Amino acid sequence: MADEVFLKLKGIKKSFGGVHALNGVDLEIRRGEIHCLAGENGCGKSTLIKAISGVHRVDEGEIWIEGKLCNKMNPIDAINKGIQVIYQDFAVFPNLTVAENIALNGEVKNKAKLVNWKEIHRVAAEAMAQVGAEIDPDVKLEQLSVANKQMVAICRAIINDAKFLILDEPTTALTAREVEKLWTVVRALKEKGIAVMIVNHKLDEIYQIADRLTILRNGAYVSSGPIHEYDQARFTRDMTGRDISQEKYLPKASEEEIFRVENLSLPGAFKDVSFSVHKGDVLGLTGLLGSGRGEIGEALFGIEPAQSGHIYLNGQEITIKNVADAIHNKIGYVPEDRLTEGLFMDRSILDNTIATSIRKYFHGIKLDKAAMEEATDRWIREIGVVTPSSKPAVRTLSGGNAQKVVISKWLNTDPKLFILNGPTVGVDVGAKSEIHAILRELAQKGIGIIVISDDLPELLQNCNKIVVMRDGRVAAVVDNSIEQKELSDLLMGRAE
Amino acid sequence: MNKLKTKSLLTSTQMILLYVIVAFCLVVGIRQPAFFSPATVITICRAGIFTMCFALCEMVVLISGGIDVSFPAIGCVAMYVPMYIINRVTPIDSALFAFGLAILIGLLFGLLNGFLVSILRLPPLIATLATSSIASGGVVTLLGTREFTTLPDSLQAIYNTNIITYTAPGTGFTYLLNVLFLVPVLACLGVAWMLRYTMLGRGLYAIGGDKNAARVAGFNVRRLQFFAYTFSGVLTGATAMMYTVLMHSSTTSALMGDEMIVIAACVIGGVRITGGHGGVLGVVLGVVLITLVQNNLNMLGIPTSWQTFVVGLIILLGTIITSWQAKRSSHGKA
Repeated sequence: MADEVFLKLKGIKKSFGGVHALNGVDLEIRRGEIHCLAGENGCGKSTLIKAISGVHRVDEGEIWIEGKLCNKMNPIDAINKGIQVIYQDFAVFPNLTVAENIALNGEVKNKAKLVNWKEIHRVAAEAMAQVGAEIDPDVKLEQLSVANKQMVAICRAIINDAKFLILDEPTTALTAREVEKLWTVVRALKEKGIAVMIVNHKLDEIYQIADRLTILRNGAYVSSGPIHEYDQARFTRDMTGRDISQEKYLPKASEEEIFRVENLSLPGAFKDVSFSVHKGDVLGLTGLLGSGRGEIGEALFGIEPAQSGHIYLNGQEITIKNVADAIHNKIGYVPEDRLTEGLFMDRSILDNTIATSIRKYFHGIKLDKAAMEEATDRWIREIGVVTPSSKPAVRTLSGGNAQKVVISKWLNTDPKLFILNGPTVGVDVGAKSEIHAILRELAQKGIGIIVISDDLPELLQNCNKIVVMRDGRVAAVVDNSIEQKELSDLLMGRAE
Repeated sequence: MNKLKTKSLLTSTQMILLYVIVAFCLVVGIRQPAFFSPATVITICRAGIFTMCFALCEMVVLISGGIDVSFPAIGCVAMYVPMYIINRVTPIDSALFAFGLAILIGLLFGLLNGFLVSILRLPPLIATLATSSIASGGVVTLLGTREFTTLPDSLQAIYNTNIITYTAPGTGFTYLLNVLFLVPVLACLGVAWMLRYTMLGRGLYAIGGDKNAARVAGFNVRRLQFFAYTFSGVLTGATAMMYTVLMHSSTTSALMGDEMIVIAACVIGGVRITGGHGGVLGVVLGVVLITLVQNNLNMLGIPTSWQTFVVGLIILLGTIITSWQAKRSSHGKA
């Protein structure tokens, strides 16, 4: 029973206007298994999901569901065959109650004209009991946490005799504890014989949950197998097609100081913070949530300026009272939430790239379009943004590419100091190492780099100097020769 | 849990609105004891008829995630064209004709709004603004701007039919509540039922909450949008003819400017301008409050010229309460 195949894909091909989104994908999903689908952004995962759920029709290849060839499915057919997809936005109704969110789709499907509230509550209670969720059915969805919204989406998916559930990057917005809870639910579904496919590219999470793994790259099948056949090296190699260097960043020591803060304080956030960045340094700034690490970054960029202390850039003291001061002093800042704070999602790559440096391109009242295009194209090339041109809206880019656009935007202002808050959050392995390489290169060129992060392996690999914050104060300044365990002890304030 | 629910019930938008209404009545009543009389109830009921009907139109559209600013213009056309025909073309003495044609005109403009919003996907504000100008400009250009003040016998008969007649003991004044008052009452009950117990109603909330999710769930988003605007048009047409009957007047501009007060009544009543929220009870209370203010400010010794100003304040207050509650409910997530 366990080995019985529910879904089999053979040589799936799909292209959009000449671009091969899928170029020969094989996939096999067995009943009651937990299968992870991994691959870098843009590898065709979303297109594959849409092909399986009947949204896209494939150009070539075969889709077998329970032994039947089903190449010409529409979304309704897919649902009737027991295939349910939970997308990242969950497609829930924020203004309706939990019970309605779970049961309403079924009512629509049954072409009901009137609403039977008793039935809606019964269906919702039954679905929640099945996955072991305990949510007040009368609460409106907008009042729930992301994790509970996801639970509601899962409940809704399984009421219609789901046999195969696809979760598209389900853990992105969850805390560690919520991820645990999600895995419990997924295992409960597995017990009921439901196959679950999880799109994910975080290896540690895949190890926690998956039975088997399939990896895609550039729209093509790379490898598939039980999870124990994969170690870190094979995983990243199969994902990216190359061996990612795990080499630590060790620049030549330089006496040339680029940036220094002395006794920087902001009541309620941090106190007496001092550190310096020399030429070639990639400085890591870390600490637990609430330690003041993020607030320092915001203070240096003038979002919430420090109240006392001194800031020196290239030997000269500067004052930063607001963002305009920071930009004037050639400080660049990549915010933690780049989607809402760092980018104009619906504008083109070009518009985003020149957004902060637009003044350069004014000749009187006329914009020098050619120069703008030239600069953008240069950054696309140098930073390695994967895009056919500078025209597409940033919304269409993957996380890694979007982050590269944010970086390009600041580089186009010729920054002297570049502060990055969580630069690789939500960025996949390949793009992550590319961004790290860019930062190293910038540091070598003499731009001060400060990386704010709580990703300890990332810090140890890429920062030659790490400032550890605890309760608003500098707890330690270390180099990257220490072990991850030591660093984490410093963070927590555990005795050495 | 139950305690929590009771608490959220007592601080719901509707309850707060009720407190405000009671407080307003108390203040007016203390200054003018005559306020506490059946006559006041009849006056308010009569004065609120049109606002209530229009507010139902607006509410349905707002819940679906749209907005309709064209109903005053549509209403003017719907009241003017039948009266023009009756007075200037051929004297058809039929209430059925007058109301039928008014409703038909409302329906057609409602369909136009629905077409613009759901098929052409224009932003609702722009679409209904355009419809408003087309309707209002069109009728003035084609039929001129007269005022018709005499009703044909059949409509006059409706005017003469009252369900409540009350003679104040002191003054001897007679207060009448016209039979047309039943229209908003029945419409409220009907719409409340529709919103709560039909898939059509839940669909309106669904598309107002998240269009994309509604599409994925299998709701016919276009049809639902069409319904919202068409419903608004139909009820607007009927209400406009009621206006002609009760006010003995039909002009091309009688209702212009009403959209602000009507949207205000909805928003105060807890209908969110962003869609997906609100219900009949809240809107009824919103209309009651606005009508009270419009009719009784002078009893407080505040000159009528301040009326608009006070209404503005109430809108502000109502919106602050609504957004404050929305913020509070998104805090402390379960």
